[in-house]
Amino acid sequence: MPIPVYRGRFGAKQAERLLWRAGFGPRSGESKKLARHGLKRAVYSLTRPKGSTRLIGPVPHDDDGLPLAPGDAWGHDHLWWLDRMVRSNRPLTERMALIWHDWFATGDVGQGRLNLAQGDLFRRSGLGSFEKLLLEVTRDPAMLVWLSGIDNDKWSPNENYGREMMELFTLGADARYSENDVREQARALTGWSADWDDNVGLNNFRFEPDRHDYGSKTIFGKSGDFDWEDSCRLCVTHPDHADYFVNRLWSYFVPVKPPKKTLRALNNLYRKKNYAIRPIVEAILMHPALYEGPRMVKPPIVQSAGMLRARRSGVKRESWVWISEEAGQRLFQPPNVAGWDEERWLDTARISGRWSGAGNITDAAEIDTDKYSATEGPEAAVDKALRFWGKPTISKTTRSELLRFARQVEDTATAGWQQGTYRGLRQNALRMLIAASPDLQTS
Amino acid sequence: MNRPHICCSEHTRAELARRSIARAGDGLPSIEGGMPLPAGTGLSRRSFLARTGGLAMTVYGASLLGSGAMREGIAKAAGTKPKTLVSIFFDGGIDSLSVLAPVDDDRYRQWRPTLRLNPGQGTPWTEDGRLHWHPAATPLHELHQEGKVSVFPGIGYSSPDQSHFTSRHYWEVGELSTRTNTGWLGRLLDGIGTMDNPLQGVALDGGLSPALATARVPVAATWGPRYDLWAPGVWGDVEELMFDAFGRIGQRHEAGKDPALKTAGKVSRQATQLREQMRPFSSEISSPVSYPDVGHFSESLAGLAAMLDGGLPIRCAALNAAGAYDTHDNQIDELRNGLSDTCDSVLAFQRDLEARGIDDRVVTLLWSEFGRRPRENGSGTDHGAGGCGFLVGSGVNGTMVGEWPGLARLDGDDNLRSNLDFRSVYCSLLEQWFDHDAASVIPGAAGFARPTLIA
Repeated sequence: MPIPVYRGRFGAKQAERLLWRAGFGPRSGESKKLARHGLKRAVYSLTRPKGSTRLIGPVPHDDDGLPLAPGDAWGHDHLWWLDRMVRSNRPLTERMALIWHDWFATGDVGQGRLNLAQGDLFRRSGLGSFEKLLLEVTRDPAMLVWLSGIDNDKWSPNENYGREMMELFTLGADARYSENDVREQARALTGWSADWDDNVGLNNFRFEPDRHDYGSKTIFGKSGDFDWEDSCRLCVTHPDHADYFVNRLWSYFVPVKPPKKTLRALNNLYRKKNYAIRPIVEAILMHPALYEGPRMVKPPIVQSAGMLRARRSGVKRESWVWISEEAGQRLFQPPNVAGWDEERWLDTARISGRWSGAGNITDAAEIDTDKYSATEGPEAAVDKALRFWGKPTISKTTRSELLRFARQVEDTATAGWQQGTYRGLRQNALRMLIAASPDLQTS
Repeated sequence: MNRPHICCSEHTRAELARRSIARAGDGLPSIEGGMPLPAGTGLSRRSFLARTGGLAMTVYGASLLGSGAMREGIAKAAGTKPKTLVSIFFDGGIDSLSVLAPVDDDRYRQWRPTLRLNPGQGTPWTEDGRLHWHPAATPLHELHQEGKVSVFPGIGYSSPDQSHFTSRHYWEVGELSTRTNTGWLGRLLDGIGTMDNPLQGVALDGGLSPALATARVPVAATWGPRYDLWAPGVWGDVEELMFDAFGRIGQRHEAGKDPALKTAGKVSRQATQLREQMRPFSSEISSPVSYPDVGHFSESLAGLAAMLDGGLPIRCAALNAAGAYDTHDNQIDELRNGLSDTCDSVLAFQRDLEARGIDDRVVTLLWSEFGRRPRENGSGTDHGAGGCGFLVGSGVNGTMVGEWPGLARLDGDDNLRSNLDFRSVYCSLLEQWFDHDAASVIPGAAGFARPTLIA
């Protein structure tokens, strides 16, 4: 069964949406350039990038101008990843890592290096086989700490990982499995261990046969001396897995559910390709629903990275840490093992964080109002502010309100001294209004 | 093994509706297939400000009412001194066998080799000497001695579900159904509340508490006393015009068709309103007693006491306990810290209400989605079934309801049995505290016992 492919016009506007959904938005002029490739090549340029990974743009630093120390200094893990989102020439790799960070949501385990290493795993394996990814995550040190894998041994099985592996990572709560499956799964997963060292913390993560339960287990009606690898395979080959996988992956790119026929076709493709992730991502990125469907709220960190990309600026302030927290997405600190709650990306508290993020950028480029043009008209003012953000597409509605605001400022400026000053203030304000507009909070 | 404090995965039920966009009336697809959506997901919201306490709030529902009308509604209802229920949730499944520990029980000693309290540790519970209060729960013991705590040592429901998200949902909606999308307190408010008083149900953690989700009347969420927006290099007339424009852009999109733009538009408009309403208010709360400094939780309770004393017409308030209770590992430290922060704050709250002379108007229900497995897993415990709960207040009966189920006979999953259905407690609270017909709130209410909860 063929999977529908978008056949409409693929212009700068469509390319702009693709760059936001599959990455962190366009740099100035990037949408137009990408559109020239046509849909298929544009998607492949993201999913099958050529050449090596490069970071383009200003090198990040902390408030003292010093290099970041992501494994050590507070908040630098967040800044370090944000910088990669801003500067990487492989935005989809970073976006997939963000998706897996949400999917296998692992919180701060108290040793930053372990969390960072998990992020590298997502970069490395994020477009490969989901089965392999699940195997790697299962033995990943940060996960082994986060969901008690190293506390799970044959003498006292710990269900934490085994339960969430089924409920949240592979099958979903409504899938066909029982409490007994959870317990047997926990037994199959026994055996992981680590050493503690007062200087380095947990280290030497390993499988210890002595800690593993070699008895027979019955999981999903199958019996055998299952171990951790079997337990991953049992989940991936479970009849409810493929639909769960496709639906969930789809939801990161398109805000409405896939049509039934598409779901079925993607399910078949996924199984036919031995649980490969890349073909599914490519199919979603070429699907009509992505280009013809409704807009989608950008995750806060995507919006922050995107604003910096549009400005060709870099991560130069530690304030991005608390600003992201206020906006609702501090990296390496998902709210719980189910990941972030996209239903709550926007409320009055979160929008205040997004507003602060825009201010964090305009602050660094604040206009000196003393020397500002006393004659700039409303249209010119709005266009100039749009250029500041790399000329993003905005709706007619928003543009008309920006113009109305621009005219109101001129009407208010009556005194001679106000002519230049107010126009300068107006330019600072227009930058904020554009960045915070519903148009730019969504893609 | 000597290990640093490691935060176990916290679970807040509402997080499960991620990847879906809030729109009134839409059934929201949840990414974790099959999990029940939090009750109230998708209700329309609007901002609102309550003057006392200077708390900013988001109002759910009541989209037809202007904030002026709501303010009037609050003023009208203020001063009536209604009875209030405060709901405090131990998120993650609190280990009842640690809160009330059978210290001398052989099975307990055998099944809890590392986590157990030792004989003599903790104060014996006067109603069942087999059980000792966890030292961190001493404030509850103190209040129980004064007859101000009713204890539910075996609370739960039959055929318990061991998923955080499903079990919590049952408790929130007051029904063993994954499809119900109003909370049990929300349905109470739909019955006793009014269209112009969003403060009747207030969530204090910055989002709508599912238990408060209503079908008819508005309810509110607050997240702290300050709210402002700042733009570099913009001041004076231009600043005011800018925020007008921000709100207007929002309003225009709110009236449009695209759901994401509508949401972003609505929130922009709300933010502008909120900023305007908040600026004139001071956030100082003065309490007649001192609270432990445990951050958001104790601050929220202190603020709530001030709001109640100020005559604000709050009928139900909901918030999460301090700490995290999904103690699969590192349970000893994690449980002690959370429990002590929570119990110390609850004691201060009760003393605050007493000092203000409004303690006869408030009861506080402490609950969790389930208890934990009697057999420990080494450094923690896995998800269980039967658990514990408490009702605190000057007006409560102050005695045990149900009984400790014991360890001799566990359920089919080796978990504690329950002998008190949480819906029995709900029914009694509805009838004895709110004087409201439980049958209109709890499906199958007639089939549940009515223990005496209020003296």
